[in-house]
Amino acid sequence: MEATVLPVAIFFAAIFTNNILLANYLGMCSFLSVSRELKTSLGLGAAVIFVMATTTLLNWLVYTYLLIPLELEYLRFIVFIVVIAAFVQLVEMIIERVSEGLYAALGIFLPLITVNCAILGVSLFMVIRSYDLLSSFLFGLGSGIGWTLAILAMAGIRQKLNITRVPRGLEGAGITLIITGMMALAFMGFSGMININ
Amino acid sequence: MFPIQTLLLSVGAIAALSTVLAVIMVIADATIANYGEVKVTINDEKEYVVNGGRPLLSTLMGEEVFIPSACGGRGSCGLCKVKITEGVGDYLPTELPWISDEEKEDNIRLSCQVKVKNDIKIYIPEELFNVKQFTTKVASIRELTYDIKEVTLQLIEPGEINIKAGQFVQFQVPEYELTDEEVYRAYSVASNPVEKGKVELEIRLVPNGICTTYVHEYLKEGDEVVINGPYGEFFLRDTQRDVICIAGGSGMAPIKSILLDMAEKGINRKVRYFFGARTTKDLFLVDEMKALEEKLPNFQFIPALSEPSEEENWKGETGLITDVVDRHMDSGDNVEAYLCGSPGMIDACVKVLTGNGVPEDLIYYDKFA
Repeated sequence: MEATVLPVAIFFAAIFTNNILLANYLGMCSFLSVSRELKTSLGLGAAVIFVMATTTLLNWLVYTYLLIPLELEYLRFIVFIVVIAAFVQLVEMIIERVSEGLYAALGIFLPLITVNCAILGVSLFMVIRSYDLLSSFLFGLGSGIGWTLAILAMAGIRQKLNITRVPRGLEGAGITLIITGMMALAFMGFSGMININ
Repeated sequence: MFPIQTLLLSVGAIAALSTVLAVIMVIADATIANYGEVKVTINDEKEYVVNGGRPLLSTLMGEEVFIPSACGGRGSCGLCKVKITEGVGDYLPTELPWISDEEKEDNIRLSCQVKVKNDIKIYIPEELFNVKQFTTKVASIRELTYDIKEVTLQLIEPGEINIKAGQFVQFQVPEYELTDEEVYRAYSVASNPVEKGKVELEIRLVPNGICTTYVHEYLKEGDEVVINGPYGEFFLRDTQRDVICIAGGSGMAPIKSILLDMAEKGINRKVRYFFGARTTKDLFLVDEMKALEEKLPNFQFIPALSEPSEEENWKGETGLITDVVDRHMDSGDNVEAYLCGSPGMIDACVKVLTGNGVPEDLIYYDKFA
């Protein structure tokens, strides 16, 4: 399939119509466990945006200039994972060194998202949909923003949940998953606008 | 392409990529994450030069300073709090759930989350500073009663321990018939704190108890024993109030240590020590206590038997220890109390003491279940 969609369209589609979390249900683990507080969610969201945008870029370069010429496309899973892990660890070291404040706000979340499936998912989608460099970057950026949007919405709702009576069997992950489902339904309202699948 | 070439190419590509990334990481670790040697100052007196970059908790452990931690540094128990006045940044989100507003004002931090990057100054309770692991040798085992043994441990490495009279140590039981892993049990120290080179424990046999069975059935003189400590808030408070001590069985140990300490330091407060036993067979160290009465003019040892038989010809107090204490109490206004024994005994004694007007916050006890 050729990429005929405008890069800008891809960016917005990644946020709304093809939200990585709500449409693809990727990146659920940290979404469920860290969405208790608005502030922490924002920190994690910022880390995800940064890592998604940069690793997608990096993986695009590795894929295009290393795997394709060597005809080793099938190695992309293992290669992408290794690149993401190494990159995230490097970034964590740098942040910890240069800025105490940034480390407290963002750095401590980095190890948490090294193995986030949404990050790997974005890189793999980029390959399947044969995006060019710019589209890939915008797709990564948009997906990150979309993921953050979803977790922020969830954190807001969960803060209300704290003062609400939830049936005992549904407390915690149960009610969160149900709400996530409803949010996904709501986001389906966007689906007519752009389609990048 | 032939399969073998594909295979070699794949392996080569992955290996090359991994190598490049590994080299980058190694270089980064040696440059970016290298904080060099930094100085940790504890309580304004001790200084340690350590390699920076690691969490404070593990850094201190490397210097053999043990901060209590239950989760092993994952930030999930909130126990490893220390006061840090210099050399660290703002609170991390991972610390905040454990830190109250007052603790924030007091610069209390979670030592497993804070990393040592510059010279830092920290403050820890003096007794933590003292907590160490000791290798010891059993110097003697003496039968105090038919079911209580007195074990004297000679410290080997380190050779000295600083104990406040009344504190306890943990005894490491090695693997043996009843346990397939090392376990630790707490025992109060019975010896005089000035004798820094030895630790005396009084251990009563509990049927099927892992540690007590080990001590009573397996431990021999000359055996090696590992202990760590000292721990605990059970020690004589520096006041002028009258003292009431109540103990039963091996609860004798910390009280004996406190009394020896008072005799050593010439503290001459009014002390009454009620010791509960069933029959004369359960009484021990009576002569030592009588000797202490000579040294401490205001000290009175009051043993009481709950079930003395006719032939024992017991002339002292009889009845449950709580009744005996109740009979001797006039007013509890000027009293503080130190209790050691079974949880049941302690609960009953606390009731009697508060009933006689002893303020509840001045009743100190170690409950060993």
